[in-house]
Amino acid sequence: MRRLHVFRTLLALALISAVAVPAFAGPFEDAVAQFSEGSFADSEEAVGKLAVTANPMAFTIISALQDGRLYADSDAKKVYLKSTDGKVTDAVTGAAVGDLPDSASKLRLNNKLRRAVDAALGSLTLLSPDAAKRVQAAQAVFKSRDVAALPIIDGALKKETNPAAKKAFAEARAAILLFSPDAAESDKLDAIATIRAKGDQEALALLSGLPGNQPASVTRVAASAVTSIQNNLALWSAVQNAWYGLSLGSVLLLAAIGLAITFGVMGVINMAHGEMVMIGAYVTFVVQDVIRTRYPGLFDYSLLFAVPLAFVIAGTIGVLIERTIIRFLYGRPLETLLATWGLSLVLQQAVRTIFGPNNREVGNPSWMSGAFEIGQISITNNRLWILCFTLAVFAILLAMLRYTSLGLEMRAVTQNRRMAASMGIATSRVDALTFGLGSGIAGIAGVALSQIDNVSPNLGQSYIIDSFMVVVFGGVGNLWGTLVGAFTLGIANKFLEPVAGAVLGKIAILVLIILFIQKRPRGLFALKGRAVEA
Amino acid sequence: MTPHVLTRSLDRGATIFLAVVATLGILIPLSNLLLPAGSAFQVPTYLVALFGKYVCYAILALSIDLIWGYCGILSLGHGAFFALGGYAMGMYLMRQIGSRGVYANPILPDFMVFLNWPKLPWYWYGFDSFWFAALMVLLVPGLLAFVFGWFAFRSRVTGVYLSIITQAMTYALLLGFFRNDFGFGGNNGLTDFKDILGFNIQSDGTRAALFMASCLALIVGFLICRAVVTSKLGKVLIAIRDAESRTRFLGYLVESYKLFVFTLSACMAGVAGALYVPQVGIINPSEFAPGNSIEAVIWVAVGGRGTLVGAALGAVVVNYAKTFFTSGVLAPYWLFMLGALFILVTLLLPKGIIGTFHAWWGVRNQRRLTANAESAVREDGVAEPSMAE
Repeated sequence: MRRLHVFRTLLALALISAVAVPAFAGPFEDAVAQFSEGSFADSEEAVGKLAVTANPMAFTIISALQDGRLYADSDAKKVYLKSTDGKVTDAVTGAAVGDLPDSASKLRLNNKLRRAVDAALGSLTLLSPDAAKRVQAAQAVFKSRDVAALPIIDGALKKETNPAAKKAFAEARAAILLFSPDAAESDKLDAIATIRAKGDQEALALLSGLPGNQPASVTRVAASAVTSIQNNLALWSAVQNAWYGLSLGSVLLLAAIGLAITFGVMGVINMAHGEMVMIGAYVTFVVQDVIRTRYPGLFDYSLLFAVPLAFVIAGTIGVLIERTIIRFLYGRPLETLLATWGLSLVLQQAVRTIFGPNNREVGNPSWMSGAFEIGQISITNNRLWILCFTLAVFAILLAMLRYTSLGLEMRAVTQNRRMAASMGIATSRVDALTFGLGSGIAGIAGVALSQIDNVSPNLGQSYIIDSFMVVVFGGVGNLWGTLVGAFTLGIANKFLEPVAGAVLGKIAILVLIILFIQKRPRGLFALKGRAVEA
Repeated sequence: MTPHVLTRSLDRGATIFLAVVATLGILIPLSNLLLPAGSAFQVPTYLVALFGKYVCYAILALSIDLIWGYCGILSLGHGAFFALGGYAMGMYLMRQIGSRGVYANPILPDFMVFLNWPKLPWYWYGFDSFWFAALMVLLVPGLLAFVFGWFAFRSRVTGVYLSIITQAMTYALLLGFFRNDFGFGGNNGLTDFKDILGFNIQSDGTRAALFMASCLALIVGFLICRAVVTSKLGKVLIAIRDAESRTRFLGYLVESYKLFVFTLSACMAGVAGALYVPQVGIINPSEFAPGNSIEAVIWVAVGGRGTLVGAALGAVVVNYAKTFFTSGVLAPYWLFMLGALFILVTLLLPKGIIGTFHAWWGVRNQRRLTANAESAVREDGVAEPSMAE
């Protein structure tokens, strides 16, 4: 209560001083006048006093000091303020002064003073009308633990209605109390509870850095809070890894799903699959390029045009490849592998010739950029969109396989090609369409990947081995296997990365897959039946 | 090797091949060393090194043909065995630099000094001895192939699955060798070699000797492959290639046969790599790139799989074309050429150059002699396109 009372008095004084005649020597005037002494120590003291006055001019004066626009005349006991456009005023009265007197010299800063200035500016913004600024200022105080800010925070806390700002104030107050040597033990315990609830890296650093001369109960509670925060942080970091893993898994799934279809239905390893992804990414580039030059207003919708276009273009190329090359190589999977590898070289070189070997700029539409935070983790919008998009593509594909006649035929051919042919299914047509479908999906994947990766002729190559791993791990002939495979590999990769480093993590994954294949040579979801030995 | 094995393993094609390799292996170094520079018949030193490189590739192709052409194992990771052999030799050559390196450290190679390594890692011990390194050239790829094959074949990983995991293997090694803390020079690999067995590695004489050694290795490798494929073992391998399950049901231990031939092939690839490194003067992680391994497979396909002679021929032809195209104005078109080669050979020339030649020769002889001249090469790989239907 006493503190509050002091604050009120100060506030009242400040209000009065703001409107009062200059001759009235209040704390504001005293504080400003102290700058004229010129020493660092005086300036620091003045800054401290000024911050507490909460005078509207205080912010201007202290930030002028920060920028080197504050001048002192120690003989005349005057302080001058030079505004950013060069006008000079008397800092106390606000009266305009024509020219800076020769006897006035610029007030200089040292590191200690700079810190005081930062803290003072921080506590002054505590009263800003903008809630976001208040939160920022409160967080600054949380770090600086400046005792001088305590009265302002106490007052602000009383009036605060914004929940985020209120929380930030409470935390800042807790931090100050915890480190102030003369705060009551019960206050400190409350403070620890508040900081424990904050539960992030900063809170951990604060509690771990607690000075030793604390009452036993405080030390004990602080230690338990540290443990609890550490556990909490470990949990969040696991959640963060899981999210990264899901994100990587969605990318892998998108790249592998088309491969799984062609491999499942036709037993054909399409080494040019990565190049279909690359073509999809370049389609996005071209679409955006056209939109940028002709219809700039439509830029946010560029991906909506790119997705169907990429599907059609990559799908058509896929059908062409099947009709001209792969058709002649059925029953010889190893030769198909070589021919499609050759094809991938040709496609890469063609793109390199047309678009050049360098990365091409593909932009994010506004609704895909940015990020938001949940708890202690930050989620970028484009990753989230890609995850949703992947799941949508997966669901559509699943429905297609389940409910359309092409899907039925594809499943029949996957399970037993000869039997399907005997039942009157035109297997060669199914093959062509399957290959087109797989390539089309790869094209769509390219649109999505263009949002998070560099669009270059080598784009596809970087995904091809990973996609193969997904297919091999998940097993063919069942899309769920691909889904599980992709997310398992993605998450495993991201959990291994912090432990083993990115490269060793990847090597470990490859070794694990090679070992896994020993146990289940046909993948996680193996196709059963006579077709297996074919 | 008994004389019996020798005579049995040499048919006419093989004899011609050996004669050609032996002749070139002697004539090229002699012409380089004895004839005056500038003479029309003198082979310049840079060409000797280039041809030496081709011969090493031919050995690699031979090793791939042994498993792919005769046992149906398509390895897309044979470049890894080649590179491991190369690294073993490179480690020996690094140790030979001694205190002549930039940092003049008598024990540590330059890159270790640069990375502030206090002492030689344990796996570098012994590589100051040539014979130890030579043993490792065989042992390291062989051991990796044995362990890898033991796992893969025992659990019946076949066909494209095997191809993909061999590719993953070489990719994993690629990532690993790129790391500095792996202790193999990271990104830059091993280079700046000074001498081998006390001879300056840059001198004409050493280059000629290395070329001869490569030709000798090709001849020995070829003889070993011929001995294997013409033996009973070879017949079983062919049976495995054509009908693996049936061979297993007949009571053969398919895994053991595959494992043996895979390991043998990896050792050969290692030797090829070891001879390659002193001739090109560098070994770095890019040798592990999956693309290299696949390219080696296409050499075999171009020459004709399952013919051995064809594999070696294909390696030389494709690499000569590569040198020709990538060194001129046609350089941007080389990848188009290579890609087209992959497609056209698999589509139009499934038996490769030698296989097609044999088929043509067989038809001609048949017509002339009206005798049943059974081609030495099986008519595999020409399965009818409609088989899958």
